[in-house]
Amino acid sequence: MTSTPTTARAGDSLTESPARKVSVFLSQHARVRLGLLLSAPLFWLGLVYIAALAALLITAFWTVDSFTGQVQTTWTLDNIITVLTGSLYQTVTLRTVGVALLVTIVDILVALPIAFFMAKVASPRLQRILVIAVLMPLWASYLVKVYAWRSVLSQGGIAEWIAQPFGGSSPGYGLPATIITLAYLWLPYVILPIYAGLERVPNSLLEASSDLGAKTWRTLGSVVLPMLWPAIIAGSIFSFSLSLGDYITVNIVGGANQLLGNLVYTNVGAANNLPLAAAIALIPIAIMVVYLTAARRTGALNNL
Amino acid sequence: MRTTATHRRTMLAGLALASSVALLSACGTSSGSEGSGEEATSLGEMEGSVSILAWPGYVEDGSNDPTVDWVTPFEEETGCQVTSKSYGTSDEAFSLMKTGDYDVVAASGDASLRLVAAGDVAPVNTDLLKNYDGIFDFLKMQSWNSVDGVSYGIPHGYGANLLMYNTDVFPDGLTSWSAVFDDASANAGKVTAYDSPIYIADAAVYLMATQPDLGITNPYALDETQLAAAVDLLKAQRANIGEYWSDYLKAIQAFETGDSVVGTTWQVIQNYVTTGNTAVVLPDEGTTGWSDTWMISSTAKSPNCAYAWLDYIASPEANAQATAYFGEAPSSLAACDFRDDCEAFHAGDADYASKIWYWSTPIAKCLDGRTDVQCTDYSQWTTAWSEIKG
Repeated sequence: MTSTPTTARAGDSLTESPARKVSVFLSQHARVRLGLLLSAPLFWLGLVYIAALAALLITAFWTVDSFTGQVQTTWTLDNIITVLTGSLYQTVTLRTVGVALLVTIVDILVALPIAFFMAKVASPRLQRILVIAVLMPLWASYLVKVYAWRSVLSQGGIAEWIAQPFGGSSPGYGLPATIITLAYLWLPYVILPIYAGLERVPNSLLEASSDLGAKTWRTLGSVVLPMLWPAIIAGSIFSFSLSLGDYITVNIVGGANQLLGNLVYTNVGAANNLPLAAAIALIPIAIMVVYLTAARRTGALNNL
Repeated sequence: MRTTATHRRTMLAGLALASSVALLSACGTSSGSEGSGEEATSLGEMEGSVSILAWPGYVEDGSNDPTVDWVTPFEEETGCQVTSKSYGTSDEAFSLMKTGDYDVVAASGDASLRLVAAGDVAPVNTDLLKNYDGIFDFLKMQSWNSVDGVSYGIPHGYGANLLMYNTDVFPDGLTSWSAVFDDASANAGKVTAYDSPIYIADAAVYLMATQPDLGITNPYALDETQLAAAVDLLKAQRANIGEYWSDYLKAIQAFETGDSVVGTTWQVIQNYVTTGNTAVVLPDEGTTGWSDTWMISSTAKSPNCAYAWLDYIASPEANAQATAYFGEAPSSLAACDFRDDCEAFHAGDADYASKIWYWSTPIAKCLDGRTDVQCTDYSQWTTAWSEIKG
């Protein structure tokens, strides 16, 4: 496309300009070109992902001097054994996984109809507005949203005011409040992949299904859902993994309950026991590895 | 094609691995900070800035409330610009001091000894502080601000952990901690407690009065049996807890909405609650409390400004402002000239002050002098606290 000016000046600049020399060199050496292109992201990947994870793994095998708070770099399996065998950690792990699963289920149930409406029913103009509306909560700070839920769920709050006429009451602070708040927080991350997945379902398939006599539910169950399954899994990865690591929400609306994140936080912040915190942090990592391996088999990772 | 791709992947993985290994070995296995252990003998030029780590309400420059400002006069007087950070729990302060970013820290007794042991704070030459003389004698050279006769800071103020209750729920008032322990089930789900392992000492104070058979003489010196008794008491309490608080703003809000109706508190929380239906009391069993110490980091970048701050905050006027704002007794009688509520806080009343069990770090060597038994240390308390919360 820029061949005309280049050929015009070919005689004088082709061999002399240093920039040209470099580009000629790069065009002839594909390996070097690739190396330069990837070195920055690779450095980042190595630094942030691999080094941080490796450091975490190594710290888990150290111990801490109880009085001075210094980390002692002697190798020990104590932390891992404590985490694997302690009943406290088993209870909290089960509770955390339970909360993460419930949050994921709630999110999927809420996201499916919204995403379906956005992708298949709404006009293109409304579609754009809805996408913005779904993303809107992400503009506000996480903390503000959680504190908003704290006041909604408090005594005499909006939740109570709404539930009272029907004989109900606010769930108060506790695990239900945590699940509601987390489900609210991660909803956009679940809606978007499902919406993207529905966009990929051709309308002609829906029409063909109804031409062949299938009713709405049959079409949804036999045509839409199988195609949508990877997108749902992709969305669930977000809500599940984000819930698994959260500790702020449960601290603010969770009453006296604690999740894995709180144990990590207490051990880093309060107990100053980084090695034990690292050992606890390996639990969600292990759970996510299992989850992602299972998700990979469904092909959901292609939908992220 | 296939082989090149695999080869390339191996190369990339190798690169990533090599860089991470290089990083890790660079981080090495250093054993943390080394305390300088030297106290200053004279003061030099002011450095122009000082960074302070303190409880909320200790370093007020008017940004929270324009009428509350004792930092600006200090800045004008010394030319040291103050940057401050407030922390929520002693444990948080202890980890933050490990960063070495702070010149000065206001530490309670459950952090101060640990800071000294970890070498994070330096001895303080009190001869260089002209306001040290006026400070109450019963606050000087105590177990939480000195080690082996060496002073590690200047006392700030002291106060008690009080019992707060909702006057609509308890119209007759309360006089005993039993409202949050043995009788807590009457308000199940609306009891609150302080979220820190040091709260175990509050249970121990209650046990000292209700179960003398346990033989607890100091709530920070608990052997295995005594700790187990305190843990049992707290586990029973856990069933009735609505929420634990460590953020005092959360405590204020919970009492204002009525989500909490009874529990442990600080005077400052009572001062902030706007609904007017709460009251505080120092229960008959006695209580835990704090006596805070201004300490200087062993890696302070501005030691002269740090000394200047220690001296300034102990001066009667500044000390009166700071302690009045937080809701605690000041460190000197002279400060009472600038406050009209010294009576309420029993300032200078050595007898009253001795009834408060000041926060102290539990250590294996029993603080009450017992030598026939090992006491439980803070890490055991931390583990126990996680188990209590479940």
